[in-house]
Amino acid sequence: MSKSILKFFIVTLYIQTACSQENMPPILGQEKNYSYEVIVDDISVPWGMAFINSDEFLVTEQSGILYHVQNRVKNEIKGLPDVYFRGQGGLLDIALHPNFDTNKTIFFTQGVNTENDNKGGNTSLYSGVIDGFKLTNVKLLYKATPNTKTSQHWGSRIVFDREGHIYFGIGDRGERDINPQDITRDAGKIYRLNLDGTIPIDNPFVGLKNVKDAIFSFGHRNPQGMTVHPKTGQIWEHEHGPRGGDEINIIKGGLNYGWPKITYGKDYLTYVGSNPLEKTTSLPGMEQPFYYWVPSIAPSGMAFCTSDVYGDWKDDLFVGSLKFEYLERLVIEEDKVVKREKILDGIGRVRNVVEGPDGYLYLGIEGTGIVKVLPAK
Amino acid sequence: MKPFFLFYLTFCFIGILNLNAQKNKSESIKNGIKLYRDFCYRCHGFNGEGQTDLIPPLKSSDYLLNNIDLSIAGLKYGLKGKIFVNGKLYDSYMAYQGLDNDEIADIMNYILNEWGNSSEEFVTPERVSKVEKSIIK
Repeated sequence: MSKSILKFFIVTLYIQTACSQENMPPILGQEKNYSYEVIVDDISVPWGMAFINSDEFLVTEQSGILYHVQNRVKNEIKGLPDVYFRGQGGLLDIALHPNFDTNKTIFFTQGVNTENDNKGGNTSLYSGVIDGFKLTNVKLLYKATPNTKTSQHWGSRIVFDREGHIYFGIGDRGERDINPQDITRDAGKIYRLNLDGTIPIDNPFVGLKNVKDAIFSFGHRNPQGMTVHPKTGQIWEHEHGPRGGDEINIIKGGLNYGWPKITYGKDYLTYVGSNPLEKTTSLPGMEQPFYYWVPSIAPSGMAFCTSDVYGDWKDDLFVGSLKFEYLERLVIEEDKVVKREKILDGIGRVRNVVEGPDGYLYLGIEGTGIVKVLPAK
Repeated sequence: MKPFFLFYLTFCFIGILNLNAQKNKSESIKNGIKLYRDFCYRCHGFNGEGQTDLIPPLKSSDYLLNNIDLSIAGLKYGLKGKIFVNGKLYDSYMAYQGLDNDEIADIMNYILNEWGNSSEEFVTPERVSKVEKSIIK
């Protein structure tokens, strides 16, 4: 065999291996010298965050503490329902009612056991009214069943559309073979409710027998990022894959996002069930992700940059990586991710990403607290 | 006298039940495997090998084997800041998981006696209950 043919084979093999290991475009190192400032410290897992104004916001700590922060001083808000904190569950996301200025109402998701059955917990959506450092008028709007003690896949993020609906996600609760593809069961779903907790009459599965008619879309694994696209108003979601196959999806009513029938991920080596993942990445009737990550970055939190604070970051998407401990910048052109960049590599496990009213990006960093991303000098 | 005697008998009976509830080491390890494969393996690995430069190994980990109470505290309260494991510096954050004391004991007994690790010590829920946050720093 001539040298050039051998070279060709080696190069081809290299390209094939590279492609199967990492999807495109490859992530680049940080281009400019960005820095950050710790705004609030000493929060173990700052799961959710909601701005009231540039100097005032609410933060959830996963083990079950709700903080009010004003001018960098944090105070606990008392009055949460009992939080069932276990593994990836606990007190999760928080969001202000679109009319918060007048009604002081918030929404939050948390693990809870309302049945007192000692069988674990599941994700729930609550509303409540902020009265100083007290939470009053707490209402349970949705509670997923059944309870389970598994550590995994509780979700959850909360967003609103422009038509007066609230959306929240719940992960598959570690039961991928029975939950995500079955709309008569909770878990592995994105839900849509009216702001008073009632079911919108035009929800996609309303009228079908025995279904959970709060379900908006299904076939999800573990959604820990959701945001509304600032221009299109569409709901963007991301979810963890198993080993590889984290996904970004644009959520539309009634659609099946495929988990666990289709995925770009692989089973963990510990998998002992009877239905190992097939190497199937597409099937009719199931949505392809907008983007997927191989290897997994373990995404949590997502936000679009809508301001000019950082110069050329405007319109880019930002996603936290728990696993690699950086903020990922995704540049999107013509519905494609054309560039990826690591921001603040090594900052810690990025749990949450939010754009403040001042146009700055704020991150929830595990073991640290809330951090403000500063533009390059 | 009679009610007191009944009370005493009930008390003894509860005592016996509690004794039975206490797991032996192999039962504890067995439950520890289940918990490890739910709560721990995604970061620390199926074979306790750790991950990238951020998550330290548990297999042959001098930190774990020589600092049992500190490791218990990590599971109970979370572990933050710099630690050395087998001469290598790690500075990531491990969140606490909301586990009960007996579950922490089971995980400890498993990771102390798996992948070639071995420890004479048998971690009990009582020992876990006595580990206070103040020992971390």
